[in-house]
Amino acid sequence: MASPTAPATTRIRRQLPTSPWLFAAPGLLIVGVFILYPFLSTLVNSFTDRRTLLPGRFVGLANFRELLHDDMFWIGLRNSCLYVLGVVPALVVLPLLLALLVRKNIPGITFFRSAFYTPVVASIVVVGLIWVWLLDERGLVNALLEAVGVGRVGFLSDQWLLLMSAMAVTVWKGLGYYMIIYLAALANVPRELHEAAAVDGAGALRRFLSVTVPAVRSTMVLVGALSSVAAFKVFSEVYLMAGPSGGPAGEDTTLVMLVQRTGTGLTGRVGYASALSVVVFAVTVALMLLVLRADRKDAS
Amino acid sequence: MSVLDRARPAPGRAAARTPRGPRFADEHGRRLRGWELALRYLLLLAVLALTVGPFLWQLSTSLKGPTEDIYSSPPSFLPGHPTLHNYERVAETIPVWDYALNSLKVAGANVVTNCVGSALAGYALARLRYRGRKAATLVFVLAMLVPVEGIIIAQFTTMRELGLNNTLIGVVLPGCVSALNVLLMRNAFLSLPHEIDEAAYVDGADVWQRFLRIALPSVKGTLAVVAIFAFMGAWDDFLWPLIVLSDPSRFTLTIGLNYLHGTFANDERLVAAGTIIAVAPLIALFACLQRYFFRGVGEGAVKG
Repeated sequence: MASPTAPATTRIRRQLPTSPWLFAAPGLLIVGVFILYPFLSTLVNSFTDRRTLLPGRFVGLANFRELLHDDMFWIGLRNSCLYVLGVVPALVVLPLLLALLVRKNIPGITFFRSAFYTPVVASIVVVGLIWVWLLDERGLVNALLEAVGVGRVGFLSDQWLLLMSAMAVTVWKGLGYYMIIYLAALANVPRELHEAAAVDGAGALRRFLSVTVPAVRSTMVLVGALSSVAAFKVFSEVYLMAGPSGGPAGEDTTLVMLVQRTGTGLTGRVGYASALSVVVFAVTVALMLLVLRADRKDAS
Repeated sequence: MSVLDRARPAPGRAAARTPRGPRFADEHGRRLRGWELALRYLLLLAVLALTVGPFLWQLSTSLKGPTEDIYSSPPSFLPGHPTLHNYERVAETIPVWDYALNSLKVAGANVVTNCVGSALAGYALARLRYRGRKAATLVFVLAMLVPVEGIIIAQFTTMRELGLNNTLIGVVLPGCVSALNVLLMRNAFLSLPHEIDEAAYVDGADVWQRFLRIALPSVKGTLAVVAIFAFMGAWDDFLWPLIVLSDPSRFTLTIGLNYLHGTFANDERLVAAGTIIAVAPLIALFACLQRYFFRGVGEGAVKG
């Protein structure tokens, strides 16, 4: 980047004209063939009636028109949106509180930080199966609820409780990840601000709201953007807890589950699943823009 | 009780750190530190129970024998007669060690390809000058922004056109050089001083020598982060192997576990043993490498 190096690098280029591309080639090839080409072919396929074993032909907007009349699509869209609304506020606030709890260097704190990160490390399948067992009609959570006199709850049999349980699992698994991001941000908050506020007589809560929160606000927006995009594309948690067909009468199906279900297998409707994917792209981009715009508006 | 045990020795050590400690020690002074620390440890232990407890419960379930009541109320947290029998039975029910080996192959290949591929490409983006460099960078940035969930069907059809469906190579390929890793490596190479490169050039080192002997050893930290994330990402992945693999003999561990759960849902001891087999190596790996790990996550977040 720096200009003093320009003469040297110019000579290098003359010496080895092809090698820069050799360096970049493996990466460009993989990304091109398996990310960018599939992205473009998703867009193209969404206008065709392509199936797994049939090439398909151009059908215009027929797939998108069909989406509008597909009950499953609306259920998937509803659940994916509910997922964002349920998960994102929790993942913006709770990891910040957790980061405040583990930031101070007290004895044993590295152990706690690592331990809180364990759910992030564990694969989603392990996490899903652990919670299926915990939330089972006869599982640990219900045994504890019964022991305190609440009685058993059908976490995995009721449509809404199932969705909320999956959200809780997503939050549980994400806490540690966002905690680390907040820790990095908190390290950059100048301590003088806190001291000044303390001298002015601000209590702990007041200092949290008027010093800490403004200082990590852009990180909160980042966490909001990351978690909302991830929440909208939720697949594994719900798939594992509700089963491949999406819970009672498929009422817990999410959009990506629908993509997977309609697009795969020998009779997979690749064209229709691509149209669903295009909706996933569109909403993802919209969510990012929404969060980033909220950021700019607040800042000004 | 353990709270007090932990809290009591703390004030002495904390006092020594007070001058450079964060705000809590500075503001509250000596009188409050005792109960504040106790409260902190109480909260820490509560969160610990919530985050690690479920894993321990799963471990406990996997060790309970066939005659033990795993549905007892109130629940018993320690197995009455601990046994490894369930682990043997998992292996009899599904080829769990083959699945683990498949996962290991996939994860190992992913580590190698990601380290090599993203180091090479990152170096090309950061340290070499040529026409089209900006375009190459843009390709990786765009690729990073594409949500994998949205292109998964097209990836599947691409893989089928290449005749690689239902193979482990097919599982590895789409993520074998991730755009995010390329950009991470690019950032690492960018932060190296140019003077070293120039000196080596004057000494007659060609581009490969400068890459292998000078640049690469200086970014070992980032390379370790890439390796860890590549391993975990491949070991933990679920959606893509679920779509690309159809033959049970080629399943990876995550897909095999889902299969185990679907087929033998009535015996939680087996499922529990299977999940412990899947998660134990990762927790061990993580415990050894957590220092690099946290640095990597922090850096990644800051650099966006």
